[in-house]
Amino acid sequence: MLLLSALVSGLGLGSMYGLMALGFHVTYAVSGTVNFAQGSSMMLGAVLTFALARGLGWPLALAICAALLLCALYGLLVEFFAVRPFASRGSDAWLMSTVALGIVLDNVVMFSFGKEPRSLPSPLAQTPIDFSTLGLEGLGIYPLQLVIPLVGLALAWALHFVARRTRWGTAMLAVVQNRDAARLMGIPIRRVVAAAFALSTLFAGVAGVLIAPLVNVHADMGTLFGLKAFAVAILGGISSAWGVMIAGLLFGIVEASVTATLGSGYTQIITFSLVIVALAARPNGLFGRAEVRKV
Amino acid sequence: MQSVTRRTVLAASMAAFALSAAPHAFAAEPIKIGLVTALSGQSALAGEALTRGMTIAIEEINAKGGLLGGRKLELVRRDDEGNPAKGVTAARELIYKEKVAVLFGGLDTPVSVAIVQMTNQEKVPFMGPWAAGTPITKNGAKVNYAFRVSAVDEIVDKAMLSYSQKTFKAAKPGLILVNNAWGESNEQGIVAALAAKGMKPAGIEKFEANDVDVVPQLTRLKAAGADTLFMVGNVGPSAQVVKSLDRMGWKVPVVSHWGPAGGRFTELAGPNAKNVHFVQTYSFFGKQSPVGDKVVKALKAKYPDIKDVDDITPAVGVANAYDGMQLVAQAIAKAGSTNGDAVREGFYKIDRYEGLIKTYVKPFSPQEHDALGENDYVWAYFNNDYILPVGMASR
Repeated sequence: MLLLSALVSGLGLGSMYGLMALGFHVTYAVSGTVNFAQGSSMMLGAVLTFALARGLGWPLALAICAALLLCALYGLLVEFFAVRPFASRGSDAWLMSTVALGIVLDNVVMFSFGKEPRSLPSPLAQTPIDFSTLGLEGLGIYPLQLVIPLVGLALAWALHFVARRTRWGTAMLAVVQNRDAARLMGIPIRRVVAAAFALSTLFAGVAGVLIAPLVNVHADMGTLFGLKAFAVAILGGISSAWGVMIAGLLFGIVEASVTATLGSGYTQIITFSLVIVALAARPNGLFGRAEVRKV
Repeated sequence: MQSVTRRTVLAASMAAFALSAAPHAFAAEPIKIGLVTALSGQSALAGEALTRGMTIAIEEINAKGGLLGGRKLELVRRDDEGNPAKGVTAARELIYKEKVAVLFGGLDTPVSVAIVQMTNQEKVPFMGPWAAGTPITKNGAKVNYAFRVSAVDEIVDKAMLSYSQKTFKAAKPGLILVNNAWGESNEQGIVAALAAKGMKPAGIEKFEANDVDVVPQLTRLKAAGADTLFMVGNVGPSAQVVKSLDRMGWKVPVVSHWGPAGGRFTELAGPNAKNVHFVQTYSFFGKQSPVGDKVVKALKAKYPDIKDVDDITPAVGVANAYDGMQLVAQAIAKAGSTNGDAVREGFYKIDRYEGLIKTYVKPFSPQEHDALGENDYVWAYFNNDYILPVGMASR
């Protein structure tokens, strides 16, 4: 029973990691750059939803939509201010500038929202599902914990579908394959890259909105999440969408089962050691392919 | 060359004159009392509570004619932003520039630990009205200038055990502690307290401040047969524990350090927040002593935003600071001067002070720099947004 509960918990957390890692994947695929501060984008989704729903009293659904829209806009800002000025000149300084922008965001939120943790209640996280008819008492699962992995997988599938079946997706893939050829074909590369960043922070925002009712909303809630999501992205092979999603789920499940069996003192040690071992065995990630470098 | 020498001699003689004249010329100059605490950010409210408690005590003392033959007390505050380095800088400034006679600390143990190192060196008495870390007063200095009127981790750990035995007949407590230095120090304290009574914890579980789910840890404590939980963590993580208990449907008594009192515990933890009993040093709710009535009246008169006792918050900060300031005044009076060593000795000479939290009888000795003990704590719980003493159903 303990393991069953850990499994559900792990799947939920894992799909959060997966969603944020998908954000790393989309921008890396089209531009070779990422927003390292995905954790801050996630926090932004949660804090904005809180501010709109509890602060201004908007209906929850409307607050969530508006918060996600603002998250996507934030992604455009990240690309415009922290990535493009450097990447366009062949500098790797975007590594630093995206981290810096995330720290700025965290502190702006601390100033405006406050350092005090707050709570965002959700109708899906009020009463645990009653499994007693199945002979499972005290399993302790909120409906939201089942919704989270479903949303995560649905978004991963949607991304896959868009990439393969739509004109935008084809344009994105073209940019991935050959930037110059894509530009010659009239694909607006800049806009594709900007859109990828918007999508990336949107994914993180969705993760933030989904996780918020289960945790406390505060300015540095995303820091550790962002770090784990990056580990997941590398583990899955950052170039593979399904790869990062599956790696996220794996990471979440391993994390939860280590906590359940050995105790949380061992969680970080074991999960991150496993990441290193896995990468030593498969340097391009579990599902990634080696990049062919043409000279 | 010659003129330099002459100027130096002149300056030196003037300085000598000034020094010798000082005690006589400035007999009525105020005695400055320093306060270094968080005055901005998340803990601004706590800093304000300390300020208010001290201010009420200072005004009372000044109204009676001040100390040392008519010298008035004056409060000088500095913000440490919860940061040890900033705290030490601020304390230095208060000691050297403002020449404070006694320095009060704030609510962060790391800041106070850092400041105490320096005040001990500079021989300036330190009064801790909040931070509970054991090493603030037990700092290992040969000549210790640090005193405290607050809870002490080590003693809270013992109190948690006796309270849970008395109230919940606890026999196998399970420990659920935040994974940081605070949790660590209390783990040692609780295990020692249990060992002193020939007991062992059912289990010791740690959780991260950002843990989403504490169900696995709690399930293991449940499986190990824990009949009570001892919880140590700030308000956010503590709320996660309560939510996880709720999800598991495990109704177990929770006895806690004072973490939950530090924020919107009811909002964060939900309806089961009220089941957590935590330690406090004082409550303004319920029947007050004459000193309590006097302090509440003075607070209402001085601060227009205090309309009722529930506006005196956090109560612990106001009460500790009030009693701390009164005891400091007695120590200065006993010392007959503001000399650091004399004031330190003055603390040991305090016989009796009828205070807000209790009547202090010989509160300090060279072996005991903490004025409050296990029996002085109040157990409290959250009733909606109010911290009420356990057993009090409504305000």
